[in-house]
Amino acid sequence: MENNSPKVVSGKIPFWRDIRVLRILFQVIFLLGVILLLVILYTNMLKGLRGLGLTLNLDFLQDEAGFDISEGIPYEPSDVYLKAFWVGILNTLKVSVIGIVCATLLGLFFGIARLSSNWLIRTIATAYVECFRNIPLLLQILFWYTAVVGQLPRVRESIALFGGVFINNRGIYLPSPEPTSGLGIWLGFLGVGLLLAVVLYVVRWRKLQQLDRPGFRAKWALPAFLIVALCGWFLTPGRPFTLDLPVLQGFNFKGGMRFSPEFSALLIALSVYTGAFIAEIVRSGIQSVVKGQREAAKAVGLNESQTLRLIVLPQSIPIIVPPLTSQYLNLTKNSSLAVAIGFPDLVSVGNTMMTQTGQSIPVFAMIMTSYLVMSLTTSAAMNWYNRWINRVGR
Amino acid sequence: MRKLLFRVSALVLAIALVVPLLAEGEKGILDKVKNRGRLICGVNKELPGFGFLGQNGEWKGFDVDYGRAIAAAVLGDPNKVEFRPLKAAERFPALQTGEIDVLIRNTTWTLTRDTDLGADFCPPTFYDGQGFMLRKELGITSLKELAGATIGVTAGSTTELNLADTTRALGIEVESIVFEETETLYQSYDQGRCDAVTSDKSQLLSRRQSLKDPDAHSILDVTISKEPLGPVTVHGDNKWNDVVSWVVYATFSAEEHGITQANVSTFKPESTENPEIKRFLGLDESGGMGEKLGLSKDWARQVIAAVGNYGEIFDRNLTPLGLPRGVNKPWTQGGLLYAMPFR
Amino acid sequence: MEEREFTQEMKPPAHTKSPARWLKDNLFNTWYNVLLSCLVLVVLFFVFKVLLTWAFTEAKWGVIPANLQLFGVGSYPREQIWRVWSVIYIFCVLVGLSAGIWGALTLRFALVLGGIWFIGALSPFELSTRGWFLGAVATTVVSLLLGRGRTNLRPWILGGWLLSFPLIMIVLRGFGENGVLTSNWGGLLLTLILAVVGIVVSFPLGVFLALCRQSDLPAIRWISTAYIEAVRGVPLITILFMGNILVPIFMPGLDINQVLRMMLGITFFSAAYMAENVRGGLQGIPRGQHEAAQAVGLNYVQTMLFIVLPQALRSVIPAIVGQFIALFKDTSLVAIIGLIDLLGVARSVIANPDWFGLQAEVYLFAAIIYFIFSYSMSYGSQEIETALGVGEH
Repeated sequence: MENNSPKVVSGKIPFWRDIRVLRILFQVIFLLGVILLLVILYTNMLKGLRGLGLTLNLDFLQDEAGFDISEGIPYEPSDVYLKAFWVGILNTLKVSVIGIVCATLLGLFFGIARLSSNWLIRTIATAYVECFRNIPLLLQILFWYTAVVGQLPRVRESIALFGGVFINNRGIYLPSPEPTSGLGIWLGFLGVGLLLAVVLYVVRWRKLQQLDRPGFRAKWALPAFLIVALCGWFLTPGRPFTLDLPVLQGFNFKGGMRFSPEFSALLIALSVYTGAFIAEIVRSGIQSVVKGQREAAKAVGLNESQTLRLIVLPQSIPIIVPPLTSQYLNLTKNSSLAVAIGFPDLVSVGNTMMTQTGQSIPVFAMIMTSYLVMSLTTSAAMNWYNRWINRVGR
Repeated sequence: MRKLLFRVSALVLAIALVVPLLAEGEKGILDKVKNRGRLICGVNKELPGFGFLGQNGEWKGFDVDYGRAIAAAVLGDPNKVEFRPLKAAERFPALQTGEIDVLIRNTTWTLTRDTDLGADFCPPTFYDGQGFMLRKELGITSLKELAGATIGVTAGSTTELNLADTTRALGIEVESIVFEETETLYQSYDQGRCDAVTSDKSQLLSRRQSLKDPDAHSILDVTISKEPLGPVTVHGDNKWNDVVSWVVYATFSAEEHGITQANVSTFKPESTENPEIKRFLGLDESGGMGEKLGLSKDWARQVIAAVGNYGEIFDRNLTPLGLPRGVNKPWTQGGLLYAMPFR
Repeated sequence: MEEREFTQEMKPPAHTKSPARWLKDNLFNTWYNVLLSCLVLVVLFFVFKVLLTWAFTEAKWGVIPANLQLFGVGSYPREQIWRVWSVIYIFCVLVGLSAGIWGALTLRFALVLGGIWFIGALSPFELSTRGWFLGAVATTVVSLLLGRGRTNLRPWILGGWLLSFPLIMIVLRGFGENGVLTSNWGGLLLTLILAVVGIVVSFPLGVFLALCRQSDLPAIRWISTAYIEAVRGVPLITILFMGNILVPIFMPGLDINQVLRMMLGITFFSAAYMAENVRGGLQGIPRGQHEAAQAVGLNYVQTMLFIVLPQALRSVIPAIVGQFIALFKDTSLVAIIGLIDLLGVARSVIANPDWFGLQAEVYLFAAIIYFIFSYSMSYGSQEIETALGVGEH
């Protein structure tokens, strides 16, 4: 048996047994299979569309939309479909960005609370996390919308809070700041303050470096900036902003800022749901810094806040950031559930466009692309940040 | 042994996943329905009078009865129909994709829908118009007074577009909120989320009954649009469109000739004189009209025996809601219902 | 994982403390904790007062028992309800036998299950339903007793679990027009079917995708990477809409029903996430393991199946179970598409004029059911982790 292989050794390996050739061949076949599948789908689609008497193009985007959108940037039914879609994108971004801020705050708070030495606080934080993590988000959105926000009093029986805040089942009305002619002067003050703050920051940083001691670098800069800004506020003739108060006129409140019930319900649900996940990320991030580190910091003589700032956070942030980013992305994608309560986000508006024009394929492509762009940009930014923090950290 | 067990179970798993959930695909819808032995009809499930689910899970309504009529004509049994509840925004995709055979869901015939949405319309079964419902306590009598109001409307409907058109023409600003579901729209209206709702007048009347206090709401005496509602079939299947259209004409024609659910069985070949009725009910010697449509000879008789003529369908479903017949009368009585000749 | 550490932290020392001492240590140990505890207690008191007053005096819970069957099976035909019970009985037999043979966690599960059936039998259902429930208790107990100590049956039981899956589908669907159309599946039944199918199918698919992404053949790696990233970049709801609208356009003639399309959508979506979790585990396996396996003479399939995957999967159990829970919760999205799953039933009950304005009651009930399932899954995963000692070496 051992001696009957001189042929193979002397001759060349036939190509059908050459592993390098086989590998390439296999990949080519695989690729061809994928391409074939795509071609079949494509021809099927064209055939189907022809049967229905539809054509595949984007011309409809320049047609008049004809339907109204209840919130977002200024928009008229006489605007084109493209504009309507853009309104949807901006609405998605709006609810996502505000949601991310709220969810992060909630998550930080409850994440730290879960490590509290106080049993009561710890338990409440655990209950929050376990409750909201384990119930479907869609159910939570519907609950907030119909069972909470929808049950608020009617316009004429609005709950009036201090300072011109009104709450009713058509939304939350807040006073909005309106810039006046004095704004320019105040902005000048702010510029001066910022300059001063930067100088002070650098001076203190140098000093701390000289002393070779840890410390709060913005200890001088921050108060200085605040004092200048405050002085500027009172010195500006006629104040830089006036408040536009909401007033009941006719059917609805006019003026001020308004958060619609759909927006509020979606925002609350998204923040509370994502906040529960972020709390877990924060907690495990902090716990991942071993106890010995903290004890060592204490032994060196750092106080509580210095330990957190200089020892714990720098080590836990690189651990926290990647899962945190994926939660942010999840929140953005989850905002698409707005379609269930009628908040005009990307998917809602896209849906309306599909039913009014029948152009489901192009509209789908647009929706998918928009989300993919958001996701991929965020991922790219996160990768960049990761590399940066790893370089700085070492 | 273990390996065999594993392989067998994997095989069974694969087959079981695919087989019971797959159904067969055919060419024309008429053949597809006949082979399937069941008609799939897209309807509304939230509109009492037109299409809704009764307490015991049975389907009722004007549109539902037309679904039954088609099943009776094609399959000879008004119960061989599966009703698929659809939201306004879902109906055209469902039709385009062949998920349903026919769409009878208070759908308005418009040019764009006829051309761009891959739909073919059948004769309207109900001529409606868009109106407004609001609280009586507001004391509003004209549209202009609605300036600044919040108005609720369903997504993916013509009403959404008409509202935008009307307010633009009147030069008033209103805030419109769009709801995916009819149910949510009227609940929100009842809770005071919006000042008024706009929709087809028949829908407003029907939904007013299920509000908390129906008497506190009134329907404005204005009509802002024409809403011819009727069955819809997918674009490109003319044979099937013919079948549905002529089922509709059959109900019109029966009312013109005084043929009712009760008396349809009394028409016999020997006693019936009127040749048109003879042709209509398939009582003549020739193959009758059914053959040309690809249906049985007595298809029209089946339809009338199952659901009655137009007037009976109307009286059964819509009269209890307090809906007047208005223009939905035979042309012989000055209405718009006009059956093409059965010849 | 978190739960375990948490309980460890709380575990009292060997000698038991007096309640007063415990309070002092846990609530009033420093001056600011005293302040905080008092404040929180006051707030909690008012919150609970409002909630309890609502729950016991204002809430109309009558809507729940009146629609219990709807919540359970949706519009599944009443005369075919034996199909659902058969499925439950099949499940009971398997759980009972497994509990008898393996004991430990499965035993606890079987006991809880039996307890639930028992509660069902005591609840004010129709007499026939209570009979079915009592039968389920008996089936569970009998098969538990039968299975005790029969370790030689293990491969058969595993095979039985595998077979039960298609069997359950067939029993629920029946054949042709005499069976139960999938459009009549609803309620919790539909939610569970969607979740189980999603989990069972997306897991192997995810492992496969992860292996493809780690492959050294570039074409395969690129395509699987593109798939995973594309799916993870878009929301599930758009994929479900796509399944609903685009699949029939791309594949005309293939008359797939809506339930199956939703299953496919959920599965393909979840598989991409699963793949990323598995990849995390694969990356943690040192190169040496592959090389050692090759040195022993194992081929690629054997290496993966017997050496790499067992280790990789073990280390990512929490992530995988987390994905299962997410999938379970995500099934609720089919309510937007128009299927009447548990959430869909909740919405249609609220829409019924007879139950006007009872959103809070109905949604809370649905939330509790979802919570029970999700929480038991995460509890189970913690137990498995402890049993396998994940993260302790």
